[in-house]
Amino acid sequence: MSPLAVLEPGGDAATALYIVAFSLFILGVRRGTHPTTAKQGNMIAAVGMAVAVVTTLLLDGIGNWGLIAIGLGVGTTIGVVASIRVQMTEMPQMVALYNGVGGGAVALIAWSEIRHGISLGGDIPLEELIPTLFAAVVGSVSFWGSNIAFAKLQDLIPTRPLAVPGQQVINAVLLIGIVAACVDIAVNNGDPSQALFIGILVAAAVLGNLVVLPIGGADMPVVISLLNAFTGLSAAAAGFALHNVALIVAGTLVGSSGTILTMEMATAMNRSVGNVLFAGFGGAPAAGAGTGEERPHVSIGAQDAAIKLAYADSVVIVPGYGLAVAQAQHAIKEVADELEKRGVTVNYAIHPVAGRMPGHMNVLLAEADVPYEQLKEMDEINPEMPRTDVAVVVGANDVTNPAAKNDPDSPIAGMPIIEVDQAQQVIVIKRSLSPGFAGIDNDLFYEPNTSMLFADAKQAAADIAAEIQQL
Amino acid sequence: MSIMTEVTIFVLAAFVGFEVISKVPTTLHTPLMSQTNAIHGIVMLGGLIVVGYANDPLEYVIGTIAIAFGAINIVGGFMVTDRMLGMFSKKPKPKADADGKGGK
Repeated sequence: MSPLAVLEPGGDAATALYIVAFSLFILGVRRGTHPTTAKQGNMIAAVGMAVAVVTTLLLDGIGNWGLIAIGLGVGTTIGVVASIRVQMTEMPQMVALYNGVGGGAVALIAWSEIRHGISLGGDIPLEELIPTLFAAVVGSVSFWGSNIAFAKLQDLIPTRPLAVPGQQVINAVLLIGIVAACVDIAVNNGDPSQALFIGILVAAAVLGNLVVLPIGGADMPVVISLLNAFTGLSAAAAGFALHNVALIVAGTLVGSSGTILTMEMATAMNRSVGNVLFAGFGGAPAAGAGTGEERPHVSIGAQDAAIKLAYADSVVIVPGYGLAVAQAQHAIKEVADELEKRGVTVNYAIHPVAGRMPGHMNVLLAEADVPYEQLKEMDEINPEMPRTDVAVVVGANDVTNPAAKNDPDSPIAGMPIIEVDQAQQVIVIKRSLSPGFAGIDNDLFYEPNTSMLFADAKQAAADIAAEIQQL
Repeated sequence: MSIMTEVTIFVLAAFVGFEVISKVPTTLHTPLMSQTNAIHGIVMLGGLIVVGYANDPLEYVIGTIAIAFGAINIVGGFMVTDRMLGMFSKKPKPKADADGKGGK
């Protein structure tokens, strides 16, 4: 078989090395929970992965080295090039894409396992067959769901919820069909039907598409996190099928940690996971917002904004995804530097879901060298708002909408917000009055103490910085 | 390994996952999601194993794609996480670190 085959599959040596590998994963994730040790933690986990891969390559029975080389070569090249090219703003869709291929790999491995079982004359033991079926279904859902999430975030398809009439019914029928087909294969495990198995893969693919398509762009991070957990669980299932302890532990680790992350994100948005998945949130009120007559608002230019800011004592900058899209983080940092030179206190208010994913905005601002201490979390900054002279909202929208607190009928009612409406004055830098991801009008724009600066965030920030310099 | 041993491992690993990840600061959700995402790329091991006993053209193709997918997941996942976390560890010393451009 293999020229390298030195380890017996399931033998003590291989298992010991797998134990080393998953211990490194656990240590790595643990270190990933603190900003100072996270980079090191990621390295530790990567070393664990290297140990696991090398161990597997040394197993007796590994063969077809040409194919392995092709797979590894192509995959590594794509992975390296994609991660070097990707912009920090595109991080959420990158995670979605990587998650998708992981799920795809699981589904393909399950298919190969089934074929292998059939070629050996059927009679696949249930303790292998059931995890294989689970891996196939969840892997396929995860692959297609993640690709849809990627396409939505990359604006390849509309981010608005796309719902088919009778959506829930179709999903339920698909799910029941999948389960029934799985039961059929399991009952007839003496002679499982490959055609039926392929049918399951296809039905799961359709289900993955249908579940994610109706979800709005704003909720996509929660979905990606959930699909991440799914892929982890499907990898664990593949581990059961292949009796591979490294797969079981690593997959389960991701499954349970992904579940926690998902719930924390949903909590930060004041939603339940079920609500995210099934409410089709983010599109319904759009029509109302678009057709309404223009409400009165105050519009100002960069010079006025510069004057307001330069003569303030304390300024809070509220960055949102618009800032990231405009790549304005560096220009905003310049404004902050100019203000600090004049003795103005500058802080940044980071909403838990600022950017497109929790923590995404922190990454972007760190990229622009904004000191970590100036990044204030929502609960920390909100009590400071009434004592803040000017709040500058840059490319953020829904997370500042006072309707979340004041209007119980609003689709975002109850969502925690940065309370910029409490500040003495508000400057909103935005290209237009158009609604954000939630698809609703922002009452903040029409408050008497709000001034709108209609411009591209980066240009506006650069202009303001220049104006402040001349004051 | 018996099925119940595997289930034992599964349950314990689930608890470890919950414990390890609880109370993560929101700041680190994105990199952490990206890192755990890279870890489930471990399913590539399954690809390496099944391609070993693949014996018809379709199985060769399935196995090779599975390995490629897994490799994208692993390599891309860890590298992108490293890039993100690099943003956090950049020290506010604008001049000093200009020459020490960080190893590999």
